[in-house]
Amino acid sequence: MAAIELERLERRYGERIALGDVSVRVEEGQTLAVLGGNGAGKTTLLRVLAGLLRPHGGTAQVLGAALPAERWKLPGRVGYLGHEPLLYRELSGRENLSYHARLHGVDGARVAELLAAVGMERRADDPVRDLSKGLVQRLAAARAVLHDPALLLLDEPRANLDPAAAELLEPLIGRASGRTRVLVSHDVERALAESDLSIGLKSGRPAPVDAELYR
Amino acid sequence: MSRAARAILRKDLLIELRTKESVPAMTLFTITVYVLFHFGLDRDSLDGELASGVLWVTLLLAAVIGVSRLFAAEREQGGIDGLLLAPVDRTSLFLAKAASLFLFLGAVELVAVPAFALLLLGPGLGGALPELLAILALANVGLAAVGALVAALAAETRARELIVPILLLPLLVPLLIACAQATEPLLRQDAGPEDLGRWLGLLSLYDVVFVLLSVAVFDYLLED
Repeated sequence: MAAIELERLERRYGERIALGDVSVRVEEGQTLAVLGGNGAGKTTLLRVLAGLLRPHGGTAQVLGAALPAERWKLPGRVGYLGHEPLLYRELSGRENLSYHARLHGVDGARVAELLAAVGMERRADDPVRDLSKGLVQRLAAARAVLHDPALLLLDEPRANLDPAAAELLEPLIGRASGRTRVLVSHDVERALAESDLSIGLKSGRPAPVDAELYR
Repeated sequence: MSRAARAILRKDLLIELRTKESVPAMTLFTITVYVLFHFGLDRDSLDGELASGVLWVTLLLAAVIGVSRLFAAEREQGGIDGLLLAPVDRTSLFLAKAASLFLFLGAVELVAVPAFALLLLGPGLGGALPELLAILALANVGLAAVGALVAALAAETRARELIVPILLLPLLVPLLIACAQATEPLLRQDAGPEDLGRWLGLLSLYDVVFVLLSVAVFDYLLED
């Protein structure tokens, strides 16, 4: 069964086409790598898939929800790890995760479990503003999977992580998690190695994944 | 109040306790304005219509600061995305934001009203306090409902510092009239709760209308 099915998807910002003619089908449990240079439309695609942006043309089915009409079916089923960690700077990691757990109706025990899983037990009570970018990224990863989402949208998930931390997060957000994933990365080789299918984007349009993609 | 609304309210109060951004700024603003009136009018004491007008216009202008900051953490730290990704209905979000603003206004008034009495009221509030508390409570409900609505409308706009007062203040005119008229007799030298029931009734009606209106339209706000 398809977790994601896009047919000639289009999204504009004013007159500018940020995404156009994007078609792809991702089966449950598969990983789609989205590749392209800066401003290619990768983040826009993730935000459309998360239900945070409306598509303006084509059709989009995500986890059985036709967007934008059935956007209401998505909250609580998608995990999003983007450029912003979606954590409040004045709250600690534990408070942030507990807050998101309450929003998602997740048991508090899951917070402790995830803090341990991302190696943040010792710094769990420090305000997020006092943490390094790498530690914030660990917390953001924990936040993204807190509610055990069926679909994980990852925008440069290894940004700011050292190799040990990246290894630590693998069971949560990596292929080993078994979730359907959409992975945006500038590390082309690695992204292709851990994905089942890929799509290249250039100026919002599909493009072959080759050396020309980044020119 | 739903689980999600309680979580959002708790988070807002925790952030305000730690950042001390809204309540101290609103309080300082009201005290400064009362000091300015004290010297600007060159009078030791006001009463009646003038006192009532000064009290309420200042409190409503202070509320603009609170409303402008109501979605600040969401806007600046990506919290809106976090809320949109979670199964949180917009009514819970409205209730939490309105409750935050209600509590912030109450905290400001705890300091602002005694400061007003000290700086601008000759005989003080005296026996009028219970009536004034009832007016403040009803005014805060209306302010919180309209404020949360306007804050959400302005949250995703670029010129929100301009949009908040432009949208908020006209919507508060009926509330200002009711509050000022209800308070005026209480602040006269021959204080007495004239027509208080009528004005409290009008305030209650304003509250009901704007709470219902906000709940009805909040679903369509914060959308892309």
